[in-house]
Amino acid sequence: MSLFSYAKPRALGEALRLLKNGTIAIAGGTDLVGLIRSGLARPEGLVDLTGIDGLRGWTREKGKGLRIGALTPLADLETSPQLQKLAPMIAQSLRDAATPQLRNMGTVGGNLLQRNRCWYFRDEAVPCWLKGGTRCFAAEGENRYHAILGAAECVMVAPSDLAPALIAYDAEIEIASSIGRRTVKLGQLFVTPSGRQRKEHSIKKGELITSVRISDAALERRGTFLKAMDRKAWSFALVSVAASARIKDGKARDVRVVLGGVAPVPWWVPAAHKLLEGSALDDNSCLAAADLILASAQPLRDNGYKVTLARELIRRALRSLVA
Amino acid sequence: MPPVRGPNAVDIALTVNGHAATAHLPSQRSLLELLRGELGLTGTKLVCNAGNCGACTVLVDDRPVYSCITLAVACEGKRVETIEGISKDGELHPVQEAFIDHDAYQCGFCTPGQVMSIVALLRSKAKPTEDEMRRAVTGNLCRCGAYVNIVKAGMSAARRGTK
Repeated sequence: MSLFSYAKPRALGEALRLLKNGTIAIAGGTDLVGLIRSGLARPEGLVDLTGIDGLRGWTREKGKGLRIGALTPLADLETSPQLQKLAPMIAQSLRDAATPQLRNMGTVGGNLLQRNRCWYFRDEAVPCWLKGGTRCFAAEGENRYHAILGAAECVMVAPSDLAPALIAYDAEIEIASSIGRRTVKLGQLFVTPSGRQRKEHSIKKGELITSVRISDAALERRGTFLKAMDRKAWSFALVSVAASARIKDGKARDVRVVLGGVAPVPWWVPAAHKLLEGSALDDNSCLAAADLILASAQPLRDNGYKVTLARELIRRALRSLVA
Repeated sequence: MPPVRGPNAVDIALTVNGHAATAHLPSQRSLLELLRGELGLTGTKLVCNAGNCGACTVLVDDRPVYSCITLAVACEGKRVETIEGISKDGELHPVQEAFIDHDAYQCGFCTPGQVMSIVALLRSKAKPTEDEMRRAVTGNLCRCGAYVNIVKAGMSAARRGTK
């Protein structure tokens, strides 16, 4: 591992000034330390954000919705009884994310910005397309954990469990840089690696995620997060599904179905949301929506099972909203 | 502005098992290297060195973390507890006693990490359910497969009370 300098600012402004060429922001470090050790990240300096107390914790204000600081440890969101009531999909999505230790260390911002788990990408000796090479080795190689939907030059999948849950609440993120602030839909943070875009996130150098926001209206929705793993704990999602809707007189409104583990970005299909508007979420409607979401699936050699798995998980998640 | 430290070795001051400790380490070194190397506290085990197994689990400000992927320099001013710190006056910690009573290991290499995870759980919740006990050690692999007895030991320690 190469040498790097280290600074721990106490204020966001200081952190933004320290973030210049060659430096990388670190919070829990659960992903970044491994990336540095394997040479996939080569910082000259680290800016440790965990001293910025104002970006830790969450608040709920009527009229302003829910605001979660980007440096909030995942464990704090998972274990808060108030938040479990307020936004149940968040705690559900974190319950089986990684391990207690990693949830103590890892933060909301870091979780959203974690890099993908493709074993060719993670192997420093493999010059895959995403790392600047010419080929995606997973496309024709070992690909049981890879994308069935939406992939271009690279068949990685979005690994975060939290992201689909937050997107199903129509979450926005606030991003700060030394030249100002901007707010974007969380969904826009994730981009499909393609062409000149050889990374998974749209965040730019010198920018930091400072918070996640969910509106009061979105908090009215019921939500269910389901995750399929190949063992019962400590595993990335084979497929995850976050489903939410406002239920009135037995009918669903504002339906969202967001999948993780199936595409290079968290995956949703607006036409499926439209299809379910006003639906009683009976089995047939849920399966019709699932088929619509999965209609463009192009499984690779080893991951056809994900189509079957996703179809059933979508049905179960949606059904649970009216159960 | 805060000082930019390193990249050469920097002084790190922290509290380990209730005592002030200092180390002089380059910024890429882990808390695990600080504990085992600088301080000679070899009870915390080095196994995967990648945050994939849990053998290196210690408590930082009361929370279990993987010391192998925690930067030592990031622990400046923090309170660290290791397996060496939980026994008092030569008496084993009740969780350690329970591990012996329930034969909660085979090779023993994951044991310090398992114990630290359970100690942290029992501090935050004196009477956990078995499911909570099981979940508390999901981040600690045991390749001998002693899980059943590890959970039994944890539940037994909870019943007896850990003070």
